[in-house]
Amino acid sequence: MTDKKQDLIDQNLQDLNNDGVDRRGFLKCMAWAGTGLVWTLSGGIPASRAFAKSHGKDEGKGGDFSFVQISDSHIGFNKPANPDVTATLQIAINKINAMPDKPDFIIHTGDLSQLSKPSEFDTLDQVLKGASAKQIYFVPGEHDMLTDNGEQYLQRYGKSTKGTGWYSFDHRGVHFVGLVNVANLKAGGMGSLGHEQLEWLEDDLKGRSASTPIVLFAHIPLWTIYPDWGWGTDDSEQALSYVKRFGSVTVLNGHIHQIMQKIEGKVSFHTAMSTAFPQPAPGTAPSAGPMKVPADQLQRVLGITDVNYLVSGRSLAVVDSPLGDSGSPDSRSGRGLAIADPIVG
Amino acid sequence: MRKRSMWIAGLVTPVMIAMLLLFAGSPSVTANDQPTGTNAEVTIDNFSFGPETLKVSVGTTVTWTNRDDIPHTVVSTDGVFKSKVRDTDEKFSFTFTKAGTYPYYCSVHPKMTGKVVVQ
Repeated sequence: MTDKKQDLIDQNLQDLNNDGVDRRGFLKCMAWAGTGLVWTLSGGIPASRAFAKSHGKDEGKGGDFSFVQISDSHIGFNKPANPDVTATLQIAINKINAMPDKPDFIIHTGDLSQLSKPSEFDTLDQVLKGASAKQIYFVPGEHDMLTDNGEQYLQRYGKSTKGTGWYSFDHRGVHFVGLVNVANLKAGGMGSLGHEQLEWLEDDLKGRSASTPIVLFAHIPLWTIYPDWGWGTDDSEQALSYVKRFGSVTVLNGHIHQIMQKIEGKVSFHTAMSTAFPQPAPGTAPSAGPMKVPADQLQRVLGITDVNYLVSGRSLAVVDSPLGDSGSPDSRSGRGLAIADPIVG
Repeated sequence: MRKRSMWIAGLVTPVMIAMLLLFAGSPSVTANDQPTGTNAEVTIDNFSFGPETLKVSVGTTVTWTNRDDIPHTVVSTDGVFKSKVRDTDEKFSFTFTKAGTYPYYCSVHPKMTGKVVVQ
């Protein structure tokens, strides 16, 4: 891990840990995050001071790694909010490829396509082929299951998955679970995992040591952000009850095309920016439809999420960076980048 | 109600005959033996169906038009009708031949609900 990036993470964590940020402080951060700025947090144990300073020197030791989350590429979308979503996805991939610390893999949290068309999936595949990280994990968004109940999605991206596309895997001691909450949605409801998947999840987590860091990822947020717009998952509480006993749980979602974060006990929730177009903050527009921003500002509200796992703290640090700043995620002077001092301010 | 239907039938029949005469020989136009009915519109805008509750008489053809930048569907909660995914400006029509209340929703964004009351 580069020093600059480590410093950025460290500084934020130190602020977080030493200054005792309360819930109000966090809500303030969320407001900052909503403007598309970059900040970091400790995604696991809040008081992981060991994580703060010592790590830089242990680079490469002990199984530390990072991965990148991208989301909501909506390949095929061509409306004014972003007439060229393939280009912005390409910029996201370029940004990932330029990272000084190569991510072990990429997670795409759904809405790969706009209309589930074969040509849209083809275009996505073509762009993703250029990613330096060859392993890409997917979960579907509702836009990927618009036809044929998601059969095509499963054939392309979910061959060895269960049900409508859920699965789990282990990577360097961290247990990852990809969940599907966009299938078989009920009238009047929000996202839904369904009985079969919940049973599978309970079984999947059973018997795992409570010290295993857990990462859950799904398209629609697994916490209720704004029910009026369906920004939540009806049966997420049951899913979360299965991870309560674990010491570090990180939940990664997309769908809402903006950064939102919340920490509840040992569970940290995070939603990523889209690579295609922004959506309004909850309740600030008549609907959740694509938000048009001036063309020169578009890339500041699109972005990628870099997640760093540090063995020493058994926790994950999440760094969001917009596509359109002049530097990489570890740059401190980029236009769209803010050091997280306001966290305690 | 009966009077009005007869009036409509009286008006529509000569019009249909005239149209058939006008387009006679054109392969793209076929005669329609369905009972004549009225048309009604529902607009999908800002992730909602408008009007949310639509009252129509039996035989009415309802057409939904998506005015959002995001695709939606029109799916009967009771399995009576189901549109394909409708992108911007695409339409879906269904003719209601039986009285009743037909709740429906967008299967992509299930918070979007509406109903058609046929009487």
